[in-house]
Amino acid sequence: MQVEVTVFATLRRYMPGLPVGGSRQIDVQPGTTVGQLMLTLNLPPEEVRVVMRNHRHAELEDPVEDGDRIAFIPPVAGG
Amino acid sequence: MGKKILRINMTDLKATYEDVPEEWARWGGRGLTSSIVCDEVDPTCHPLGPNNKLVFAPGWVTGTPAAPSSGRTSFGGKSPLTGGIKESNAGGMSGQKLAKLGLHAVIVEGMPKDKKWYYLVITKDGVTFEAADKLMGKGMYDVDVILGEKYPKTAIIGIGQAGEMKLSNAGISVNDPENKPGRYAGRGGLGAVMGVRGVKAIVIDDTGGEGVAIANEELMKKGRKALTAAIREHALTKKDGGLNAYGTAILVNILNEAGGLPTRNFSAGHFEGAAKISGEAMAEAIEKRGAGTMGHGCHPGCIIQCSNIFPDEDGNELVSVIEYETTWALGANCGIDDLDYVAHATYECNDIGLDTIEAGNTIAMAMEGGLLEFGDAKGAIKLFDEIRKGTPLGRILGQGVVATAKAFGVHRVPTVKGQSMPAYEPRAVKGIGVTYATTPMGADHTAGYTIAPEIAGVGGKVDPLSNEGKGELSLAFQATTAYIDSTGYCLFIAFPILDIAEGFAGMVESVAGVTGIEMTGDDVVPLGKEILKKERLFNEAAGFTALDDRPPEFMREEKLPPHNEVWTITDEALDEVYGWVHAD
Repeated sequence: MQVEVTVFATLRRYMPGLPVGGSRQIDVQPGTTVGQLMLTLNLPPEEVRVVMRNHRHAELEDPVEDGDRIAFIPPVAGG
Repeated sequence: MGKKILRINMTDLKATYEDVPEEWARWGGRGLTSSIVCDEVDPTCHPLGPNNKLVFAPGWVTGTPAAPSSGRTSFGGKSPLTGGIKESNAGGMSGQKLAKLGLHAVIVEGMPKDKKWYYLVITKDGVTFEAADKLMGKGMYDVDVILGEKYPKTAIIGIGQAGEMKLSNAGISVNDPENKPGRYAGRGGLGAVMGVRGVKAIVIDDTGGEGVAIANEELMKKGRKALTAAIREHALTKKDGGLNAYGTAILVNILNEAGGLPTRNFSAGHFEGAAKISGEAMAEAIEKRGAGTMGHGCHPGCIIQCSNIFPDEDGNELVSVIEYETTWALGANCGIDDLDYVAHATYECNDIGLDTIEAGNTIAMAMEGGLLEFGDAKGAIKLFDEIRKGTPLGRILGQGVVATAKAFGVHRVPTVKGQSMPAYEPRAVKGIGVTYATTPMGADHTAGYTIAPEIAGVGGKVDPLSNEGKGELSLAFQATTAYIDSTGYCLFIAFPILDIAEGFAGMVESVAGVTGIEMTGDDVVPLGKEILKKERLFNEAAGFTALDDRPPEFMREEKLPPHNEVWTITDEALDEVYGWVHAD
């Protein structure tokens, strides 16, 4: 199955070539969790502050499903 | 001599230095400006009349050697936009220079009998009143150049044409280290309050100033060290961290992902062109054009440096700063995904003296009302000239969102207490909606930034779409913010100290060390609530009721895509947020 993955800001260095606002389709095994996906992508856990699954907060132990959009987010704030 | 209150009477053109009353001596920044406004301004006065005052003050630690990121200046008065109390604070050059001159606060009152315009020069020797004829009708870029040449290395506070016309969206500019305008006390129309005093600009020259006395040097150093370490350690505020590398516009893509980026006058929470106006896009454009910079500091001594200088299409430095709020208001909220338009529109706001949040929302309102189409960048940029020239249309637009909505017959008006909402959709991020609804300031994200736990996972993690506990969360943030706004520290120190307890303790120790006021971390929320209570009671005396603590009607009725949520927090829950004011 496939999930759509995106990363933002300082995490973009771990997906080189990804345009701003872009995403990639990634093949994953059924039963893969958000945390396992993060490690597969070589995203350092200490740099990932929030994960969104289909535009809602997700936990690392949550399973991903076919067609999900998963966004990894570093510490951000401002305004 | 100890600290003084500088009272500038524009009716008599006289300046007097007064001892600091005991009640005011314990406050700085917002706590001080709000205390003075509550004590000296009749809540029922007309904001543009003779009985309103403009008050400004540095924070508790502003101007002390090496207190990190602490150069804020608080501006206060009764707001022409909201009709309530207003504190709006800015970075830039003024705070440290006021503090070094030994000024606890400056109160500008009265109106010139001769109806002439002046600029004021504040030095260690006093205040001079100079004819402002050559500055009149000029935007802030020219004002800063003209005054900067005559008074080099000074702080320059000023108003553009919007303030001259006493428009409700007129902000107060403070120059940055490059002597450019753009550090704005933007919200709430305090530029108009300055304008009605007949003051076009205020020059602050701290040469020979005595500096800030420090009550307990050891405690100050201990606190400063812990706070500095927290800022330098946190991934968001450290060098090359999120804010330094991408600025506050790092949030564009994140809020868009969360479905909380208000789009086309708050009709959706997702903007298809968000990436093009994001912090990442700014950083790429700056690198590609070989000009401008991310990681710009808005005042000396800032170690976060989240500002930027953005270049135009030809690689010439154009404008500082494009904030998250700015690129959202002028961009996504108007359906515009052109970063160069955003940069030029930001320049116009800086020059004319407009709050970018209110200005962007106003253009979106004009689009909703049919004056131009959503996405029409060419049409939008022309509207700034209408305001600059003071045409009838420009004067309507310069009054902000509520006036523009009335002029164009629009009922979808995203305001609370007359002030337009910033860049977080309350239907998708419920806690910030509580802040918008209940803060004494009118819709204002900085008044209680629940975004930290609701979106960013800073200071804990809370589901943005849930209503649960959002009243308590908002109040806790509002109270802590009122305290931080009094310190003179930039509010962005909140992010590291929410996560790093030693940094939080260090902030308080540095304040206690400078002021000699005994306080610990346990005092932060009570002191903040004391400030909120003053502001709340001012608003009540001005005529505000519980009905002024409500989000707009359309947010209860229209579902916001992509989450298709409406506002469902009850009025009773909103009323509980400030229930303690009369219960305590």
